[in-house]
Amino acid sequence: MKVESNLKRVLDAGHFSVTAECGPPRGADPDVVRKKAAYVKDNVDACNVTDNQTSVVRMSSLAGCLLIKELGIDPLIQMVVRDRNRIALQSDLLGASALGVRNLLCLSGDHQKFGDDPQAKNVFDIDSMQLIHLAKTMRDEGVFPSGDKLQGAPDFYIGCAVNPFADPFEIRVPRLKLKMEAGADFVQTQCIYNMEKFKTYMEGAKQQGLHEKIKILAGVTPLKSAGMAKFMRRMVAGMDIPDEVVNRIADEPKEKQAAKGIEMCIEQIQELKEMEGIAGIHVMAIEWEEKLNEIIGGAGLLPRPVID
Amino acid sequence: MITGTPKPIEEILEMIEPYDDIIVAGCHGCVTVCRVGGEKEVQVLASTLRLAREASGRKIEIKEVSLERQCDPEYVETMRPYVEDHQAVLSIACGAGIQFLAEKFTATPLLPGINTGFLGVTERQGEWAERCQGCGDCVLHLTGGICPVTRCAKSLFHGPCGGSVRGICEVDKEVKCGWQLIIDRLVALDQMENYGKLKPYKGWNSARDGGPRRIIREDMI
Repeated sequence: MKVESNLKRVLDAGHFSVTAECGPPRGADPDVVRKKAAYVKDNVDACNVTDNQTSVVRMSSLAGCLLIKELGIDPLIQMVVRDRNRIALQSDLLGASALGVRNLLCLSGDHQKFGDDPQAKNVFDIDSMQLIHLAKTMRDEGVFPSGDKLQGAPDFYIGCAVNPFADPFEIRVPRLKLKMEAGADFVQTQCIYNMEKFKTYMEGAKQQGLHEKIKILAGVTPLKSAGMAKFMRRMVAGMDIPDEVVNRIADEPKEKQAAKGIEMCIEQIQELKEMEGIAGIHVMAIEWEEKLNEIIGGAGLLPRPVID
Repeated sequence: MITGTPKPIEEILEMIEPYDDIIVAGCHGCVTVCRVGGEKEVQVLASTLRLAREASGRKIEIKEVSLERQCDPEYVETMRPYVEDHQAVLSIACGAGIQFLAEKFTATPLLPGINTGFLGVTERQGEWAERCQGCGDCVLHLTGGICPVTRCAKSLFHGPCGGSVRGICEVDKEVKCGWQLIIDRLVALDQMENYGKLKPYKGWNSARDGGPRRIIREDMI
Protein backbone atom coordinates (compact mmCIF):
# COMPACT_ATOMS: atom_id res chain seq x y z
CA MET A 1 0.00 0.00 0.00
CA LYS A 2 1.55 3.26 -1.11
CA VAL A 3 0.48 6.15 1.11
CA GLU A 4 1.89 9.58 0.41
CA SER A 5 0.31 11.32 3.36
CA ASN A 6 2.81 13.77 4.78
CA LEU A 7 1.04 13.57 8.13
CA LYS A 8 1.53 9.81 8.22
CA ARG A 9 5.18 10.08 7.28
CA VAL A 10 5.85 12.67 9.99
CA LEU A 11 4.12 10.55 12.62
CA ASP A 12 5.77 7.32 11.45
CA ALA A 13 9.16 9.00 11.70
CA GLY A 14 8.38 9.63 15.36
CA HIS A 15 7.88 13.38 15.20
CA PHE A 16 5.30 15.27 17.23
CA SER A 17 2.89 16.29 14.50
CA VAL A 18 0.96 19.50 13.94
CA THR A 19 -2.29 19.88 12.05
CA ALA A 20 -4.58 22.88 11.70
CA GLU A 21 -7.81 23.58 9.93
CA CYS A 22 -9.17 25.87 7.26
CA GLY A 23 -12.86 26.59 7.12
CA PRO A 24 -13.86 27.18 3.49
CA PRO A 25 -15.76 30.37 2.67
CA ARG A 26 -19.48 30.98 2.38
CA GLY A 27 -19.04 31.58 -1.31
CA ALA A 28 -17.11 30.61 -4.38
CA ASP A 29 -14.13 32.92 -3.91
CA PRO A 30 -11.00 30.73 -3.94
CA ASP A 31 -8.82 33.57 -2.67
CA VAL A 32 -10.40 33.28 0.78
CA VAL A 33 -9.00 29.77 1.02
CA ARG A 34 -5.65 30.79 -0.46
CA LYS A 35 -5.32 33.60 2.05
CA LYS A 36 -5.96 31.29 4.98
CA ALA A 37 -3.68 28.65 3.47
CA ALA A 38 -0.83 31.14 3.33
CA TYR A 39 -1.02 31.41 7.13
CA VAL A 40 -1.13 27.63 7.48
CA LYS A 41 1.66 26.74 5.08
CA ASP A 42 4.97 25.65 6.64
CA ASN A 43 3.36 25.60 10.10
CA VAL A 44 1.66 22.22 9.81
CA ASP A 45 2.12 18.69 8.52
CA ALA A 46 -1.43 18.57 7.16
CA CYS A 47 -4.42 20.87 7.16
CA ASN A 48 -8.05 19.86 7.66
CA VAL A 49 -10.63 21.39 5.39
CA THR A 50 -13.99 21.33 7.11
CA ASP A 51 -17.16 19.91 5.57
CA ASN A 52 -20.05 22.35 6.06
CA GLN A 53 -19.33 22.64 9.76
CA THR A 54 -22.27 23.49 12.02
CA SER A 55 -24.41 22.68 8.97
CA VAL A 56 -23.73 26.10 7.50
CA VAL A 57 -23.30 25.82 3.74
CA ARG A 58 -19.77 26.50 2.55
CA MET A 59 -17.49 25.66 -0.34
CA SER A 60 -17.01 21.89 -0.44
CA SER A 61 -14.21 20.29 1.50
CA LEU A 62 -12.81 18.60 -1.59
CA ALA A 63 -12.58 21.89 -3.48
CA GLY A 64 -10.89 23.49 -0.48
CA CYS A 65 -8.46 20.57 -0.26
CA LEU A 66 -7.40 21.05 -3.87
CA LEU A 67 -6.92 24.78 -3.38
CA ILE A 68 -4.59 24.28 -0.42
CA LYS A 69 -2.84 21.38 -2.12
CA GLU A 70 -1.95 23.70 -5.00
CA LEU A 71 -0.11 25.80 -2.43
CA GLY A 72 1.90 22.84 -1.21
CA ILE A 73 -0.06 21.92 1.91
CA ASP A 74 -0.94 18.27 2.60
CA PRO A 75 -4.75 18.41 2.64
CA LEU A 76 -6.95 16.49 5.06
CA ILE A 77 -10.49 16.10 3.82
CA GLN A 78 -13.26 16.10 6.39
CA MET A 79 -16.24 14.03 5.43
CA VAL A 80 -19.55 14.02 7.28
CA VAL A 81 -22.25 11.40 6.87
CA ARG A 82 -25.03 13.93 7.44
CA ASP A 83 -25.42 14.98 3.82
CA ARG A 84 -24.41 11.98 1.73
CA ASN A 85 -25.52 8.38 1.53
CA ARG A 86 -23.07 5.53 1.07
CA ILE A 87 -23.17 5.87 -2.72
CA ALA A 88 -22.07 9.51 -2.59
CA LEU A 89 -19.53 8.83 0.16
CA GLN A 90 -17.84 6.06 -1.79
CA SER A 91 -17.82 8.17 -4.91
CA ASP A 92 -16.30 11.15 -3.09
CA LEU A 93 -13.66 8.94 -1.48
CA LEU A 94 -12.62 7.73 -4.93
CA GLY A 95 -12.63 11.26 -6.30
CA ALA A 96 -10.63 12.73 -3.42
CA SER A 97 -8.03 9.99 -3.66
CA ALA A 98 -7.78 10.36 -7.43
CA LEU A 99 -7.06 14.06 -6.96
CA GLY A 100 -4.27 13.34 -4.50
CA VAL A 101 -5.95 13.93 -1.14
CA ARG A 102 -4.31 11.45 1.21
CA ASN A 103 -5.77 12.26 4.62
CA LEU A 104 -9.37 11.67 5.63
CA LEU A 105 -11.38 12.55 8.72
CA CYS A 106 -14.62 10.61 9.18
CA LEU A 107 -17.33 12.52 11.06
CA SER A 108 -21.03 12.28 11.69
CA GLY A 109 -21.54 16.04 11.27
CA ASP A 110 -23.46 18.58 13.30
CA HIS A 111 -27.21 18.21 13.09
CA GLN A 112 -28.73 20.35 10.33
CA LYS A 113 -30.79 22.12 12.97
CA PHE A 114 -27.78 24.33 13.71
CA GLY A 115 -27.28 25.56 10.18
CA ASP A 116 -29.02 27.86 7.78
CA ASP A 117 -31.14 25.08 6.31
CA PRO A 118 -32.79 23.51 9.36
CA GLN A 119 -35.54 22.15 7.12
CA ALA A 120 -33.09 20.01 5.16
CA LYS A 121 -33.48 16.25 5.11
CA ASN A 122 -30.63 14.52 6.86
CA VAL A 123 -29.09 11.34 5.55
CA PHE A 124 -27.11 9.38 8.16
CA ASP A 125 -27.26 6.30 5.94
CA ILE A 126 -24.15 4.99 7.69
CA ASP A 127 -22.53 6.55 10.75
CA SER A 128 -18.99 7.86 11.18
CA MET A 129 -17.84 4.56 12.66
CA GLN A 130 -19.04 2.76 9.56
CA LEU A 131 -17.48 5.39 7.28
CA ILE A 132 -14.11 4.57 8.84
CA HIS A 133 -14.77 0.90 8.12
CA LEU A 134 -15.90 1.73 4.59
CA ALA A 135 -12.73 3.70 3.81
CA LYS A 136 -10.52 1.00 5.29
CA THR A 137 -12.28 -1.74 3.35
CA MET A 138 -11.85 0.13 0.09
CA ARG A 139 -8.22 1.00 0.83
CA ASP A 140 -6.98 -2.31 2.20
CA GLU A 141 -9.10 -4.83 0.36
CA GLY A 142 -9.52 -2.95 -2.89
CA VAL A 143 -13.21 -3.69 -2.97
CA PHE A 144 -16.46 -1.83 -2.55
CA PRO A 145 -18.54 -2.86 0.50
CA SER A 146 -20.72 -4.65 -2.03
CA GLY A 147 -17.72 -6.91 -2.77
CA ASP A 148 -17.05 -5.64 -6.28
CA LYS A 149 -13.43 -5.00 -7.12
CA LEU A 150 -12.22 -1.40 -7.41
CA GLN A 151 -10.35 -0.09 -10.43
CA GLY A 152 -7.68 1.33 -8.19
CA ALA A 153 -8.12 1.47 -4.43
CA PRO A 154 -8.36 4.88 -2.72
CA ASP A 155 -5.36 5.70 -0.61
CA PHE A 156 -6.05 7.44 2.70
CA TYR A 157 -4.52 7.93 6.09
CA ILE A 158 -7.78 7.43 7.96
CA GLY A 159 -8.75 9.61 10.86
CA CYS A 160 -11.61 10.05 13.26
CA ALA A 161 -12.62 12.59 15.86
CA VAL A 162 -13.48 12.09 19.52
CA ASN A 163 -14.90 14.34 22.16
CA PRO A 164 -13.37 13.20 25.47
CA PHE A 165 -15.69 15.57 27.33
CA ALA A 166 -19.11 14.55 26.08
CA ASP A 167 -21.39 12.34 28.12
CA PRO A 168 -21.50 9.59 29.15
CA PHE A 169 -17.82 9.82 30.06
CA GLU A 170 -17.44 6.08 30.74
CA ILE A 171 -17.99 5.14 27.10
CA ARG A 172 -15.54 7.70 25.70
CA VAL A 173 -12.54 5.35 25.80
CA PRO A 174 -14.50 2.29 24.55
CA ARG A 175 -15.70 4.52 21.72
CA LEU A 176 -12.14 5.43 20.76
CA LYS A 177 -11.28 1.73 20.81
CA LEU A 178 -14.22 0.99 18.56
CA LYS A 179 -13.07 3.64 16.07
CA MET A 180 -9.54 2.27 16.16
CA GLU A 181 -10.83 -1.24 15.53
CA ALA A 182 -13.05 0.02 12.71
CA GLY A 183 -9.88 1.21 10.99
CA ALA A 184 -8.87 4.67 12.18
CA ASP A 185 -5.13 5.35 11.98
CA PHE A 186 -5.29 8.64 13.84
CA VAL A 187 -7.71 10.65 15.95
CA GLN A 188 -8.12 14.39 16.43
CA THR A 189 -9.82 15.36 19.67
CA GLN A 190 -12.37 18.07 20.38
CA CYS A 191 -10.81 21.27 21.80
CA ILE A 192 -9.32 20.54 25.17
CA TYR A 193 -9.60 23.07 27.98
CA ASN A 194 -10.23 20.75 30.92
CA MET A 195 -6.76 19.21 31.16
CA GLU A 196 -7.57 17.21 34.29
CA LYS A 197 -10.47 15.45 32.63
CA PHE A 198 -8.38 14.89 29.51
CA LYS A 199 -5.64 13.28 31.59
CA THR A 200 -8.21 10.90 33.07
CA TYR A 201 -9.35 10.08 29.55
CA MET A 202 -5.78 9.45 28.42
CA GLU A 203 -5.13 7.19 31.42
CA GLY A 204 -8.10 5.11 30.32
CA ALA A 205 -6.84 5.01 26.74
CA LYS A 206 -3.34 4.04 27.83
CA GLN A 207 -4.60 1.26 30.08
CA GLN A 208 -5.98 -0.36 26.95
CA GLY A 209 -2.83 0.39 24.97
CA LEU A 210 -4.81 2.50 22.51
CA HIS A 211 -2.10 5.17 22.26
CA GLU A 212 0.16 2.56 20.67
CA LYS A 213 -2.40 1.56 18.07
CA ILE A 214 -3.82 4.92 17.03
CA LYS A 215 -2.06 8.27 16.77
CA ILE A 216 -3.74 10.67 19.17
CA LEU A 217 -3.64 14.33 18.11
CA ALA A 218 -4.84 16.59 20.91
CA GLY A 219 -7.14 19.41 19.81
CA VAL A 220 -6.64 22.98 21.00
CA THR A 221 -8.36 26.25 20.18
CA PRO A 222 -6.83 29.55 21.27
CA LEU A 223 -9.33 31.80 23.02
CA LYS A 224 -9.60 35.31 21.60
CA SER A 225 -11.41 36.73 24.61
CA ALA A 226 -13.28 35.85 27.79
CA GLY A 227 -16.46 36.48 25.83
CA MET A 228 -15.54 33.78 23.32
CA ALA A 229 -14.84 31.31 26.15
CA LYS A 230 -18.20 32.01 27.73
CA PHE A 231 -19.99 31.83 24.39
CA MET A 232 -18.41 28.49 23.49
CA ARG A 233 -19.16 27.06 26.89
CA ARG A 234 -22.78 28.08 26.63
CA MET A 235 -23.49 27.35 22.99
CA VAL A 236 -21.33 24.40 21.91
CA ALA A 237 -22.60 21.06 23.15
CA GLY A 238 -19.90 19.00 24.82
CA MET A 239 -17.51 21.96 25.22
CA ASP A 240 -15.94 21.76 28.67
CA ILE A 241 -14.20 25.01 29.69
CA PRO A 242 -13.44 25.09 33.42
CA ASP A 243 -13.96 28.28 35.44
CA GLU A 244 -10.25 28.73 36.08
CA VAL A 245 -9.58 28.88 32.33
CA VAL A 246 -12.33 31.46 31.79
CA ASN A 247 -11.22 33.45 34.84
CA ARG A 248 -7.59 33.49 33.77
CA ILE A 249 -8.44 35.26 30.52
CA ALA A 250 -11.26 37.32 32.05
CA ASP A 251 -8.84 38.75 34.60
CA GLU A 252 -6.91 40.47 31.80
CA PRO A 253 -8.01 43.86 30.47
CA LYS A 254 -9.93 43.46 27.22
CA GLU A 255 -7.10 44.60 24.94
CA LYS A 256 -4.73 42.02 26.42
CA GLN A 257 -7.11 39.06 26.38
CA ALA A 258 -6.15 37.87 22.87
CA ALA A 259 -2.46 37.80 23.77
CA LYS A 260 -3.32 35.93 26.96
CA GLY A 261 -5.34 33.42 24.94
CA ILE A 262 -2.35 32.72 22.76
CA GLU A 263 -0.05 32.42 25.74
CA MET A 264 -2.45 29.95 27.37
CA CYS A 265 -2.69 27.93 24.15
CA ILE A 266 1.12 27.72 23.85
CA GLU A 267 1.41 26.58 27.47
CA GLN A 268 -1.21 23.96 26.87
CA ILE A 269 0.54 22.63 23.77
CA GLN A 270 3.78 22.38 25.70
CA GLU A 271 2.04 20.42 28.43
CA LEU A 272 0.33 18.13 25.91
CA LYS A 273 3.64 17.55 24.15
CA GLU A 274 5.05 16.06 27.34
CA MET A 275 2.08 13.76 27.93
CA GLU A 276 2.65 10.10 27.18
CA GLY A 277 0.52 8.88 24.31
CA ILE A 278 0.00 12.23 22.60
CA ALA A 279 1.40 12.03 19.08
CA GLY A 280 0.65 15.56 17.99
CA ILE A 281 -1.63 18.54 18.21
CA HIS A 282 -4.49 19.79 16.13
CA VAL A 283 -4.77 23.58 16.33
CA MET A 284 -8.21 24.87 15.51
CA ALA A 285 -7.59 28.62 15.34
CA ILE A 286 -11.12 29.47 14.30
CA GLU A 287 -11.03 32.48 11.93
CA TRP A 288 -7.67 33.28 13.49
CA GLU A 289 -5.34 31.43 11.13
CA GLU A 290 -2.93 34.37 11.09
CA LYS A 291 -1.91 33.44 14.63
CA LEU A 292 -0.89 29.87 13.78
CA ASN A 293 2.77 30.73 13.21
CA GLU A 294 2.97 32.54 16.54
CA ILE A 295 1.28 29.69 18.42
CA ILE A 296 3.09 26.79 16.80
CA GLY A 297 6.41 28.59 16.76
CA GLY A 298 5.86 29.71 20.35
CA ALA A 299 5.36 26.10 21.36
CA GLY A 300 8.75 25.23 19.83
CA LEU A 301 7.31 23.13 17.03
CA LEU A 302 8.85 24.95 14.07
CA PRO A 303 10.23 24.33 11.57
CA ARG A 304 8.15 21.34 10.60
CA PRO A 305 10.14 18.25 9.68
CA VAL A 306 10.59 17.47 5.99
CA ILE A 307 10.49 13.74 5.30
CA ASP A 308 11.80 12.54 1.97
CA MET B 1 -50.24 3.95 17.93
CA ILE B 2 -50.19 6.32 14.97
CA THR B 3 -50.38 9.87 16.29
CA GLY B 4 -51.42 13.11 14.68
CA THR B 5 -52.29 16.73 15.24
CA PRO B 6 -55.31 18.68 13.94
CA LYS B 7 -54.74 20.90 10.95
CA PRO B 8 -55.35 24.62 11.61
CA ILE B 9 -59.02 25.40 11.13
CA GLU B 10 -58.16 28.13 8.57
CA GLU B 11 -56.40 25.54 6.41
CA ILE B 12 -59.41 23.23 6.59
CA LEU B 13 -61.82 26.05 5.76
CA GLU B 14 -59.74 26.86 2.70
CA MET B 15 -59.81 23.20 1.63
CA ILE B 16 -63.59 22.95 1.93
CA GLU B 17 -64.22 26.33 0.34
CA PRO B 18 -65.52 24.88 -2.98
CA TYR B 19 -68.04 22.60 -1.25
CA ASP B 20 -71.48 22.99 0.33
CA ASP B 21 -72.07 19.38 1.37
CA ILE B 22 -69.34 17.17 2.83
CA ILE B 23 -68.75 14.19 5.07
CA VAL B 24 -66.47 14.50 8.09
CA ALA B 25 -65.13 11.01 8.74
CA GLY B 26 -63.43 9.87 11.93
CA CYS B 27 -61.85 6.60 12.93
CA HIS B 28 -62.13 4.56 16.12
CA GLY B 29 -58.51 3.36 15.91
CA CYS B 30 -55.29 5.13 16.87
CA VAL B 31 -56.58 8.64 16.25
CA THR B 32 -59.34 8.10 18.79
CA VAL B 33 -56.77 7.10 21.41
CA CYS B 34 -54.64 10.16 20.73
CA ARG B 35 -57.78 12.32 20.63
CA VAL B 36 -57.41 13.79 17.20
CA GLY B 37 -59.78 11.86 14.96
CA GLY B 38 -62.41 9.98 16.93
CA GLU B 39 -66.18 10.34 17.15
CA LYS B 40 -65.94 13.26 19.57
CA GLU B 41 -63.46 15.13 17.39
CA VAL B 42 -65.76 14.60 14.39
CA GLN B 43 -68.59 16.30 16.26
CA VAL B 44 -66.44 19.20 17.41
CA LEU B 45 -64.86 19.76 13.98
CA ALA B 46 -68.20 19.53 12.14
CA SER B 47 -69.81 22.05 14.54
CA THR B 48 -66.88 24.43 14.20
CA LEU B 49 -66.99 24.27 10.41
CA ARG B 50 -70.77 24.79 10.30
CA LEU B 51 -70.52 27.83 12.53
CA ALA B 52 -67.64 29.32 10.58
CA ARG B 53 -69.39 28.83 7.28
CA GLU B 54 -72.63 30.22 8.63
CA ALA B 55 -70.77 33.29 9.86
CA SER B 56 -69.30 33.76 6.39
CA GLY B 57 -72.80 33.68 4.91
CA ARG B 58 -72.48 30.38 3.05
CA LYS B 59 -73.92 27.45 4.96
CA ILE B 60 -72.50 23.95 4.61
CA GLU B 61 -74.17 20.57 5.08
CA ILE B 62 -72.02 18.14 7.00
CA LYS B 63 -72.67 14.45 7.56
CA GLU B 64 -70.78 13.07 10.54
CA VAL B 65 -69.50 9.49 10.46
CA SER B 66 -66.98 7.47 12.42
CA LEU B 67 -65.69 4.17 11.10
CA GLU B 68 -64.35 1.38 13.25
CA ARG B 69 -61.13 1.62 11.19
CA GLN B 70 -60.49 3.60 8.02
CA CYS B 71 -57.59 1.26 7.16
CA ASP B 72 -59.78 -1.83 6.82
CA PRO B 73 -61.93 -2.52 3.72
CA GLU B 74 -64.68 -4.15 5.77
CA TYR B 75 -65.45 -0.85 7.54
CA VAL B 76 -64.60 1.47 4.66
CA GLU B 77 -67.20 -0.24 2.48
CA THR B 78 -69.96 0.78 4.90
CA MET B 79 -69.59 4.33 3.51
CA ARG B 80 -70.10 3.33 -0.11
CA PRO B 81 -73.92 3.65 -0.21
CA TYR B 82 -73.86 7.36 0.57
CA VAL B 83 -70.38 8.73 -0.30
CA GLU B 84 -71.41 10.00 -3.71
CA ASP B 85 -74.36 11.90 -2.26
CA HIS B 86 -71.79 14.38 -0.93
CA GLN B 87 -69.21 16.59 -2.67
CA ALA B 88 -66.15 15.66 -0.61
CA VAL B 89 -64.92 13.69 2.40
CA LEU B 90 -62.87 15.39 5.09
CA SER B 91 -61.13 12.57 6.95
CA ILE B 92 -59.50 12.99 10.33
CA ALA B 93 -57.96 9.52 10.36
CA CYS B 94 -54.24 8.98 9.80
CA GLY B 95 -52.67 9.29 6.35
CA ALA B 96 -53.20 5.59 5.73
CA GLY B 97 -56.93 5.86 6.45
CA ILE B 98 -57.37 8.97 4.34
CA GLN B 99 -55.61 7.36 1.40
CA PHE B 100 -57.58 4.16 1.74
CA LEU B 101 -60.83 6.10 1.46
CA ALA B 102 -59.42 7.94 -1.55
CA GLU B 103 -58.56 4.76 -3.38
CA LYS B 104 -61.88 3.10 -2.57
CA PHE B 105 -64.07 6.09 -3.48
CA THR B 106 -62.44 7.32 -6.66
CA ALA B 107 -65.18 9.78 -7.67
CA THR B 108 -65.05 11.80 -4.45
CA PRO B 109 -62.30 14.22 -3.38
CA LEU B 110 -60.66 13.30 -0.07
CA LEU B 111 -59.33 16.04 2.20
CA PRO B 112 -56.96 15.58 5.14
CA GLY B 113 -58.19 17.11 8.39
CA ILE B 114 -55.13 16.18 10.46
CA ASN B 115 -51.39 16.05 10.04
CA THR B 116 -50.28 12.50 10.67
CA GLY B 117 -47.38 12.30 13.10
CA PHE B 118 -45.50 9.20 14.16
CA LEU B 119 -45.63 5.74 15.71
CA GLY B 120 -45.53 6.55 19.37
CA VAL B 121 -46.72 6.09 22.90
CA THR B 122 -48.71 8.10 25.44
CA GLU B 123 -46.07 9.26 27.89
CA ARG B 124 -48.70 10.98 30.00
CA GLN B 125 -52.16 12.44 29.51
CA GLY B 126 -51.89 14.79 26.55
CA GLU B 127 -48.30 13.96 25.64
CA TRP B 128 -47.19 11.52 22.97
CA ALA B 129 -43.67 10.63 21.89
CA GLU B 130 -42.13 8.78 18.98
CA ARG B 131 -40.77 5.29 19.48
CA CYS B 132 -40.63 3.51 16.12
CA GLN B 133 -39.92 4.36 12.49
CA GLY B 134 -41.03 1.01 11.15
CA CYS B 135 -37.69 0.57 9.39
CA GLY B 136 -38.19 -3.13 9.01
CA ASP B 137 -35.14 -4.71 10.66
CA CYS B 138 -35.41 -4.46 14.42
CA VAL B 139 -32.26 -4.39 16.59
CA LEU B 140 -33.90 -3.63 19.93
CA HIS B 141 -32.42 -6.80 21.47
CA LEU B 142 -28.95 -5.28 21.01
CA THR B 143 -29.78 -1.79 22.23
CA GLY B 144 -31.50 -2.37 25.52
CA GLY B 145 -34.98 -2.10 24.03
CA ILE B 146 -34.38 1.52 22.94
CA CYS B 147 -34.33 2.29 19.22
CA PRO B 148 -31.25 4.14 17.91
CA VAL B 149 -32.93 4.87 14.58
CA THR B 150 -35.80 6.69 16.29
CA ARG B 151 -34.38 7.98 19.54
CA CYS B 152 -31.08 9.35 18.19
CA ALA B 153 -31.52 12.55 16.15
CA LYS B 154 -28.86 11.26 13.77
CA SER B 155 -30.03 7.63 13.83
CA LEU B 156 -26.50 6.61 14.75
CA PHE B 157 -25.74 2.94 15.22
CA HIS B 158 -22.68 3.73 17.31
CA GLY B 159 -23.66 6.70 19.42
CA PRO B 160 -23.69 8.92 21.24
CA CYS B 161 -22.13 11.72 19.22
CA GLY B 162 -20.21 14.56 20.82
CA GLY B 163 -23.41 16.53 21.28
CA SER B 164 -24.71 14.47 24.19
CA VAL B 165 -24.56 16.48 27.41
CA ARG B 166 -25.92 15.26 30.73
CA GLY B 167 -28.31 12.95 28.96
CA ILE B 168 -29.72 15.64 26.70
CA CYS B 169 -29.50 15.75 22.91
CA GLU B 170 -27.91 18.82 21.32
CA VAL B 171 -30.90 19.18 19.01
CA ASP B 172 -33.38 20.15 21.73
CA LYS B 173 -33.07 20.53 25.47
CA GLU B 174 -36.39 18.72 25.86
CA VAL B 175 -35.06 15.65 24.00
CA LYS B 176 -33.21 12.93 25.85
CA CYS B 177 -30.09 11.54 24.19
CA GLY B 178 -31.18 8.17 22.83
CA TRP B 179 -27.70 6.75 23.21
CA GLN B 180 -27.43 7.83 26.83
CA LEU B 181 -30.69 5.93 27.40
CA ILE B 182 -29.34 2.90 25.54
CA ILE B 183 -26.11 2.87 27.51
CA ASP B 184 -27.85 3.33 30.86
CA ARG B 185 -30.07 0.40 30.04
CA LEU B 186 -27.23 -1.80 28.76
CA VAL B 187 -25.32 -1.10 31.97
CA ALA B 188 -28.40 -1.95 34.07
CA LEU B 189 -28.86 -5.19 32.12
CA ASP B 190 -25.13 -6.01 32.24
CA GLN B 191 -25.07 -6.11 28.42
CA MET B 192 -22.39 -3.53 27.65
CA GLU B 193 -20.61 -6.10 25.48
CA ASN B 194 -23.23 -5.20 22.87
CA TYR B 195 -21.85 -1.66 22.75
CA GLY B 196 -18.29 -2.59 21.82
CA LYS B 197 -19.09 -4.25 18.51
CA LEU B 198 -19.10 -2.70 15.06
CA LYS B 199 -22.57 -3.14 13.65
CA PRO B 200 -23.15 -3.89 9.97
CA TYR B 201 -24.38 -1.04 7.78
CA LYS B 202 -28.11 -0.89 8.08
CA GLY B 203 -30.12 -2.14 5.14
CA TRP B 204 -32.49 0.75 4.56
CA ASN B 205 -34.11 -1.23 1.77
CA SER B 206 -36.34 -2.73 4.46
CA ALA B 207 -37.41 0.83 5.36
CA ARG B 208 -39.25 3.35 3.21
CA ASP B 209 -36.11 3.82 1.10
CA GLY B 210 -36.83 0.53 -0.65
CA GLY B 211 -40.08 1.93 -2.01
CA PRO B 212 -43.63 1.44 -0.69
CA ARG B 213 -43.69 -1.72 1.38
CA ARG B 214 -46.07 -4.66 1.42
CA ILE B 215 -46.49 -7.64 3.73
CA ILE B 216 -47.95 -10.82 2.26
CA ARG B 217 -48.95 -13.62 4.60
CA GLU B 218 -49.54 -16.65 2.41
CA ASP B 219 -51.04 -18.52 5.35
CA MET B 220 -53.80 -15.95 5.60
CA ILE B 221 -54.68 -15.54 1.95
